[in-house]
This record gives sequence, C-alpha cells and structure tokens, in this order.
Amino acid sequence: MTAPARGGRGRVSSAWRKRLEIAFFVTPALALFALFVVWPIVTAVQLSVFRWKGFGPLTDFVGLRNYVTVLGDDVFVDSVVHNLIIVGGSIALQLPLGLALALLLNRRMWGQGLLRTIIFVPYVLAEVIAGVVWFQLLQPEYGVLDGLLGAVGLQAPEQGWLGDPDLALLTVLVVLTWKYLGLAVILFLAGLQGVPEELYEAAQLDGASWWQTQRKISVPLLGPTMRTWAFLSMIGSLQLFDMVWILTGGGPANSTTTMATYLINQGTRSQNFGIAGAASVILFVIALVMAVLYQQLVLSRDTRPDVVTVRRSRKKVTR
Amino acid sequence: MMRKTRSAALVALGGSVALILSGCIGAGSGSGGEETSQNANAQEISWWHNSNQGEGQAYYEQVAKDFEADTGVKVDVQAMQHEDMLTKLQAAFQSGDDAQIPDVYMSRGGGELAAEVDAGLVRDLTADSADTISNISNFTDQYTVDDKVYALPYSIGLVGFWYNKDLFEAAGISDVSPSPTIEEFEGYLDKLKDADTTPLSVGAGDKWPAAHYWYYSVVRECPFDVVEAAIESADYSDPCFIKAGEHTEEIIGQEPFNRGFLTTPAQSGPTSASGLLATGKVAMELAGHWEPGVAGGLTEDGEVPSFLGWFAFPTFDGQGGDPADQMGGGDAWSVSASAPDAAVDFANYLLSDEVQQGFAERDMGLPTNPTATGSLANETLAQLIPVRDGGGVTQLYLDTRLGQSVGGAMNDEIALMFAGEAGPQDVVDAIQTAAEAEQ
Repeated sequence: MTAPARGGRGRVSSAWRKRLEIAFFVTPALALFALFVVWPIVTAVQLSVFRWKGFGPLTDFVGLRNYVTVLGDDVFVDSVVHNLIIVGGSIALQLPLGLALALLLNRRMWGQGLLRTIIFVPYVLAEVIAGVVWFQLLQPEYGVLDGLLGAVGLQAPEQGWLGDPDLALLTVLVVLTWKYLGLAVILFLAGLQGVPEELYEAAQLDGASWWQTQRKISVPLLGPTMRTWAFLSMIGSLQLFDMVWILTGGGPANSTTTMATYLINQGTRSQNFGIAGAASVILFVIALVMAVLYQQLVLSRDTRPDVVTVRRSRKKVTR
Repeated sequence: MMRKTRSAALVALGGSVALILSGCIGAGSGSGGEETSQNANAQEISWWHNSNQGEGQAYYEQVAKDFEADTGVKVDVQAMQHEDMLTKLQAAFQSGDDAQIPDVYMSRGGGELAAEVDAGLVRDLTADSADTISNISNFTDQYTVDDKVYALPYSIGLVGFWYNKDLFEAAGISDVSPSPTIEEFEGYLDKLKDADTTPLSVGAGDKWPAAHYWYYSVVRECPFDVVEAAIESADYSDPCFIKAGEHTEEIIGQEPFNRGFLTTPAQSGPTSASGLLATGKVAMELAGHWEPGVAGGLTEDGEVPSFLGWFAFPTFDGQGGDPADQMGGGDAWSVSASAPDAAVDFANYLLSDEVQQGFAERDMGLPTNPTATGSLANETLAQLIPVRDGGGVTQLYLDTRLGQSVGGAMNDEIALMFAGEAGPQDVVDAIQTAAEAEQ
C-alpha cells in the first residue's frame, strides 16, 4: 500500500483509498473468475483446433475440422434439439404450475409453512441424489411407479419410462419439473410480497373477486420475476447434465442426449478431446447468444429505470 | 477385485472445466514418484493398483513389504477404486509430469497401450523382463507394440455366460453345455421363456455390456488374423464383420433381455444387469471373469451366489473363426518410461510364481503364470482356465483393442443396434469412419 501523503486524509487520498478498496475486494473474485472461467474457455478453444487423445503434446493441428465434425454429427444436432425442447418444456410446464402454486400458497391458510417447505425440498436435494432416487422409482417391473400402476390395473410401458426412446425425454422433463418447481414457486412467492397491499384493498373495495384480483393485479406485477426466472431456467436447461446422466446416460438410442452429455461422451469416454472442445465452444456460443438475446428482447424492459426494480441474481452464463 | 467395473464414473464434471481441472487431480498423490523421477538408482517406487478392498488390498500391501524386505526398495502403494484409478492415470498422463506418473501401474493393453507407447510414456520391457515374458508368452500379444512388450499381463479372463443353475433347472434345462451351439443356446432361451423367466439381463445403458455380444460374434465369425489385419490397415470391409452383426441381431431378435435393458446399468445396484442376475431375477448375463466378485457385492448377505455357473458364448454353424478362440481381456503391469530399474524388478516380482499363487488363492483374478493356474480357490472361476488355455487365442475386448476413440464410436453404434435403430452395416461404417479419422 502506498503511504498516504502526510496529513493528507483529504480528497486525494480518499480517491486512492476508494480505488484500493475496490481492488482489494474485487481482485480475489477476478482471480478466481480468470482461473476457473476464462482460462478453461481459452483452453477449450485451443483444444478445439487440435486432435488430441489426452496425453502428449498438442501437435496435430486440424483447423476447424472438429467443428465440421460436431456440426455434421446427427447425435450433436439431436442433442441441441433436446436442449431446446427442455428449455421450452421446462418453461411451459413450470410457469403455469409454479404460478398456480405460488398464488395458492400466498393465501393465509393452515399449514402454509409446511406446504411451502414440501414444495421447496426437491430443489434443495442434490441433483445426483434426486436422480438416483427417481431412477429407482422408475425402474421397469421392480420400480415403485410400475408397482403402483400395476396395483390399480394400469399397464406401464413395456421397456419402462426411461427405456423407451419415445418416452424417455418426456420422463426426464417431468423429473426436472419436480426438481425445479420449488425454485419457481419460491421466486414467485417472493415477487408476490412486492405487490403493494393497497392494490388488493382497492380491488376488494371495488368488489373484485379473488380470481379477478389475481388476474389483473398479482400476475401482471409478477412479470419481472417471471421473466428473470425464465432466464435462469433457460440457462439451466442449456447446461443440463447431471439429471440426464444419471437417469439415462443420454440413451436409449441417444433420445435424451444433451450438449453436455455429448461433451463427456466424446471427451473423457472416447478421448476425442478436440471434438469435445469444439462442442463446448459451440455450447458456449449458443448459451451466450440466447442469453444476450433474452437480455435485450425480454429483460431490458425490467431494467429501465422507471419500472419497479426487481432483485436479480444472475447465474453465470459460462461454464 | 479385478476390473470390477468398466463403466465410466457415474458422476463426471460437466463442460470444459472438467477437461482442465482433471489435470490437477493427480497432483497430490504418489509422493514416491517425485523422488524417483529421473533417478535410476532411487530406492522408492510408486505403484497404483485397483484392489482397494479387503483381502486383495491386504495381500498387495504384504507383497510390497516382502519386496522391500528382499531388495530394500520401498514401494509406495496407492490402492484405488478402478474408475478413480483410470481417471487419475489419465490426468497424470495429461500433465506429462514424470513426478505425477506412477512407476508401476495397471494397463489394459490394445489400442490404449499403443497410444501411450506412441506418446513415449511406457517403458519397453522386452529385454529386462525376458524371463517373465517367456513364462507368460501365451498372453503377451495384446501388450506388444511393434514386437516390443510394454506390459506384463497378470490376470487374463474370459467373457462368457454366467447363469443361474437353479433357474435353469426350474425351466427344465438339465444338461448345460460348456460351449453350446447357437441352436442349443436359443433352446435355453425358449425354455426359460416358457417358464416365465427372463432369460438375460444386459446393461445396455453402459453400452459396453451390449457391445460384448457383437465382439464375441466377431470372434466367432472372423479369424483372429483377419481382425488384427483389419485393425492394422484400418479397413473393416471383410464381410465377416457384417455376419457378426447379423448374429448379434439374431440374438436381439429373440427378445431375451430384461425390461428396460436400454437404460439398465452394468453393475451398479440391485436393478443393474449384474444385480438382476445376483438376486435371481434373470437366468443369465454375458460378463467377464469379474462377475462372481461383482455379484457377491450385490447380494443381501454379501456372498457370491452359490448358483452361479458358466458356459462359453455359443458357436455358429459354419462360422469363420476358430471355435477355440475366446474373447476376454485382462490386466497387466506397465512401467512408466521415467521409472527406475527397481520398478521393472518389482513388475517381474509381481509375476513371480509366489506372488501369482497367492493372487490365485485369493481369487483376485485368473493368473497367467502357469504354476499358479491350479491355485484358484473358486471352482466356478477355475472352470474358465481350461477354456482359456485350450489352444485358442483370446481376443481382447474390441473397444480396448481399437482404442477409446474408435471403440467409443463402435459401442455407441452397437447400443443403437440393441435399440433397433442400426443394422450390421451401420456398425461397420461407424468403426470405419472413426478409424479413418484417426489416421
């Protein structure tokens, strides 16, 4: 630290002090960011233009061939489609369900705290543990779900919920909804706390029904919260890995692959680190483009100063 | 526990971060390596193995102590779970840092070993281990690159059908042939189905257990030399590969597998393919010599099921391959390029009569040293020895043989075949494309 000028605890030193303070608090975060985010990205880009088996020097330069391979690989293209289906499906399922539950749980009633906890528990569970539990529940023949269906005389699918290529992605989507619905509900509940009580009172005086109040007051004022939640959901869906890896490993017949499972399959499993590098760069670009577009087109209206500001927590976009 | 699980780690880090971070994993281990690198006279060597449980681990501790007592060379032993070991090895190789690479470690041979040799990571043992190699020469083919031996196989096992004797009897199958024809085998399937028993489990979710059907069909249809020549020239146009695919499709067409087999894992938990066999839910599974050990870990009492029997993969009428040939694989000790001479002595010691006999007595694997093959305690495992040593060649698991890059593409396509979404030609095409990309 540079010694402050003698007797100079005045303007000059306070400016310096401010800078030092900023540097002091920001440097550790920047260093970690550089080490664990920037450097891996740089290395992934570097790997993506080589053919590399995982050991020895990087010598086999192949230019953009890995990118051509990845983009020409049906499995990768399908996995992008699966990611997009999960992005859309998550929002389509969780938005109405989460909204409905949040509106219900916002009413004063018996056991409110308990119900809120129950809804939120799946989100707190580690994804791997939730995945293993669901994997066992969904087992064909011996799983709990098949047992319950059998008990009421219904026929479970022959190859099980995860073993049938036509059902597997849908099943994964349902499990993801179970897992992440709690987050939507909690965020929406928090958003509802920000709706001024006077508006409800005014609506009541005007003789609005509960239904009308929700439709005309709660839901519109929840807009910023919903848009932020959808953003988080979208980024999470693009990066989806753990749940798919445990439930299906990308199978059956590649019907549930995501970009992240493609990465692992090509990288550590097949030692095609160059192809995995190229795929990771493509995943990064797709996530970045979607995030920027969403920020510009949807979220920008919330960040204009005249709109009610909503606390926003930004999840990191990069991996 | 030899080669207890081949499935990739259940939980892997996502994204490119994993590629980078993995380089750090190996850093903390193998303190002995630092002292030994670049020093031919070092008195400490590091050894990585995967017998990380119970009797096997204790035995290897003892072996290391005995070696130290005899030679004064201290062995720093690292016993690891199999998947952890593979990950750490890969990370150590990636680092390229001699201090992180163990002096003696497990190799699976084939294309994987060849890639390591290419990168200059492995020490040529041809001269320094000449005596040991001549003793186990039946098994060193898959560990030889350009006529030089780079690893000493200490356990070579076979893949075959492990079956439940009780369920077979209940289905009225009285005499089970040790090497059935495909007609006999399909007879078993029909009888088991008639008795409402699911004939087979397969962990197609992990891909390689399904791929074993195709590999074994290749061993039946393609003479050993044809396969080796195809790998050498990266040309898989020989029609025997298509025939092998047709045989595999024929077996799949019988619909003998457990429900949901496309996402069934190989060995993890009671609903995995091995678990279904161990708990008496299915009658058979195609698996390697590790199966009794795996099954023992999946039963309620932790004991190897007493009902386990074994027979070889069926033969086909007019097949192109030698019926005595088998498909299997094993584990070998490699010495890293930077290791001191004492590491070679230790690798030789691990293949000595004494160590191999102790290894066999504890059923840790199928020993390669001929003086030890009679020492196996487990009768079911002992059954495999005459088949293995019956004059045929043992083809290595083809994914290991072809290396991970081509092997991975092959396994992906065979898994699709099990889902009915790829045919014999598609599998050959996938291998051909991946092999050409490697050239």
